[in-house]
Amino acid sequence: MTAPLTNVPTILEVKGLRKSYPISEGILARRMVAEVKAVDGIDLTIRRGETLGLVGESGCGKTTTGRCILLLERPTAGEILYDGVDLSKLTHKQLQALRPRFQVIFQDPYSSLNPRMKVGQIIAEPMKVHAIEPNASRRAARVRELLSICGLNPNFVDRYPHEMSGGQRQRIGIARALALAPEFIICDEAVSALDVSIQAQIVNLLEDLRERFRLTYLFIAHDLSVVRHLCQRVAVMYLGRIVELADCDELFDNPLHPYTRVLLDAVPVPDPTVEAGRKFRPVKGEVPSPINPPSGCVFHPRCPIAVEGCSRIRPQLREIRPSHWVACSEVR
Amino acid sequence: MVPLLQVKDLHTEFRTGAGVVRAVDGVSYAVEQGETVAIVGESGSGKSVSALSILRLISEPPGRITRGEILFLGRDLMALSDEEMRKVRGGDIGMVFQEPMTSLNPVLTIGRQITETIEQHRQTDRAAAHKRAVELLGLVGIADPARRLKQYPHQLSGGMRQRVMVAIAIACDPKLIIADEPTTALDVTIQAQILELMNGLRRQLNVALIIITHNLGVVARYAKRVNVMYAGRIVESGPAAAIYHNPCHPYTIALLRSVPRLDRPRQARLDPVDGQPPDLTRLDQGCAFRPRCRFAVDACANVRPPLHSVGCADHLSACLRGDEIRTVSGPAA
Repeated sequence: MTAPLTNVPTILEVKGLRKSYPISEGILARRMVAEVKAVDGIDLTIRRGETLGLVGESGCGKTTTGRCILLLERPTAGEILYDGVDLSKLTHKQLQALRPRFQVIFQDPYSSLNPRMKVGQIIAEPMKVHAIEPNASRRAARVRELLSICGLNPNFVDRYPHEMSGGQRQRIGIARALALAPEFIICDEAVSALDVSIQAQIVNLLEDLRERFRLTYLFIAHDLSVVRHLCQRVAVMYLGRIVELADCDELFDNPLHPYTRVLLDAVPVPDPTVEAGRKFRPVKGEVPSPINPPSGCVFHPRCPIAVEGCSRIRPQLREIRPSHWVACSEVR
Repeated sequence: MVPLLQVKDLHTEFRTGAGVVRAVDGVSYAVEQGETVAIVGESGSGKSVSALSILRLISEPPGRITRGEILFLGRDLMALSDEEMRKVRGGDIGMVFQEPMTSLNPVLTIGRQITETIEQHRQTDRAAAHKRAVELLGLVGIADPARRLKQYPHQLSGGMRQRVMVAIAIACDPKLIIADEPTTALDVTIQAQILELMNGLRRQLNVALIIITHNLGVVARYAKRVNVMYAGRIVESGPAAAIYHNPCHPYTIALLRSVPRLDRPRQARLDPVDGQPPDLTRLDQGCAFRPRCRFAVDACANVRPPLHSVGCADHLSACLRGDEIRTVSGPAA
């Protein structure tokens, strides 16, 4: 694995990001009765050339974070500094000019490709939109090149997505993301919908592409073993907040936040002997609603080590060891 | 002793625009009382269809069970009338499906859906069924059962809904529960809760469990015996320890190698299964895994080899080179 990156220039900095969705009542006079705090104040730094993992369970806000970073959703508050420029302050036109530099790969290779477009058109579309390669024959050549970069037969240009398997479709999604030669790609559960035998192929492809094109990834996923394999640093989210952030090996070898521990403990290992020897107790309760999140530390109702103060004080991320950040008052 | 369930030479096919798909192509296995048997495979391997076939839940057309016997406590389910079969489903055999939201009726309360099952199978009045429903919700770990019974599925979380599905599955004291990807749609901490619940109930009520999944970790944690499916057939079958530590089919080996593991040092690179899953409308007479197989030889193109024992009597592999592979695969490091 690549050594942990230090002193590497930052490509993206997220400061105090918040995103809440209002819940309204009333037909004529709509009034806001509550809000869903999908992302509740997070800070993140992504370094050039690294893969930062963002993990957590459904509803923890990891996807919303990704969408806010790309300004696919307007953040409620916070700054998104891309190469020093705050994306959230840009006009639509300014943002559009920057868009080719950051792309996204989605989870579901079935719904993220237009079923009525041929593979060639799907991959050429971003180039058309951004007028990157106006010459049609050069554009066609580029599409074929992208297909072969992604491990597909260049002759697939005339096929439709339904003629492809799930793994092949995901390769098309990746080729489309690469079409504008981006430097930063958000992979939102990019391998989650794939069968295990195919998942490993796509993981390897993503790694090859990162090296070949010096890409930076934000890898959003819930599968911890894939995240550990692919990422240099990992942030763990729970109910809209980052609870732990560390270098990948450090996080998995030495998880400090009780939620991270619970999460790691819940993953069954494909080895009956290891499993038989493991004392295993699943964590109680479920993720609470982000409409009325618990006071203080959001994890305290389920936390095995919670003390009385946890329901009152919201713990801040603290650097417990060098570059190992934890938001828990009980971890020292 | 007669096994609880014996599936013998089951064939299920679907007629599609592209041709006939033999989704289940000669599957045989047995389940003993109170044990957990896993059926592992990827999308399209036939694992779900084989389970639905046991319950005769294949819609016809396009599907059809073309051959095979399903002996449940010695009785052939294939020979039962529709009426008799309805008594078996939800009675002696309970079911838990993947999507609790789509398998529960959105316009009926939780309580009604549980009592309906009880009333269908037992000669009880509403009051007794309601009492049993309260008891069942307690068994599956749902607090405040009286209130929950009045709620609708959309008012419950995914984990809660799956608990309700488990409650319905055990409502009539089944001897067997078939769980088709019971936790695939759930988060990992909730998955752990549901699996622990099902495993606890299995022991407590001495009910056998067929668990259908693609998750090799879940299988390792809970299953006593494992059937690995590929392209409609069982390609390897045996005790969990044998399958994991000494796999004897190239597909099993490839599958186990392709997953990154949290309990091992990080690998430099994953070792995927090459190629694409097979197109079931275009299988030839040879082994279906052959195009992706690292052990393939010319002879593999001629036959789809039957399961035969390798090593011990209850460890079976459907590979021509099964015995040879057994000696090289060794106990996995």
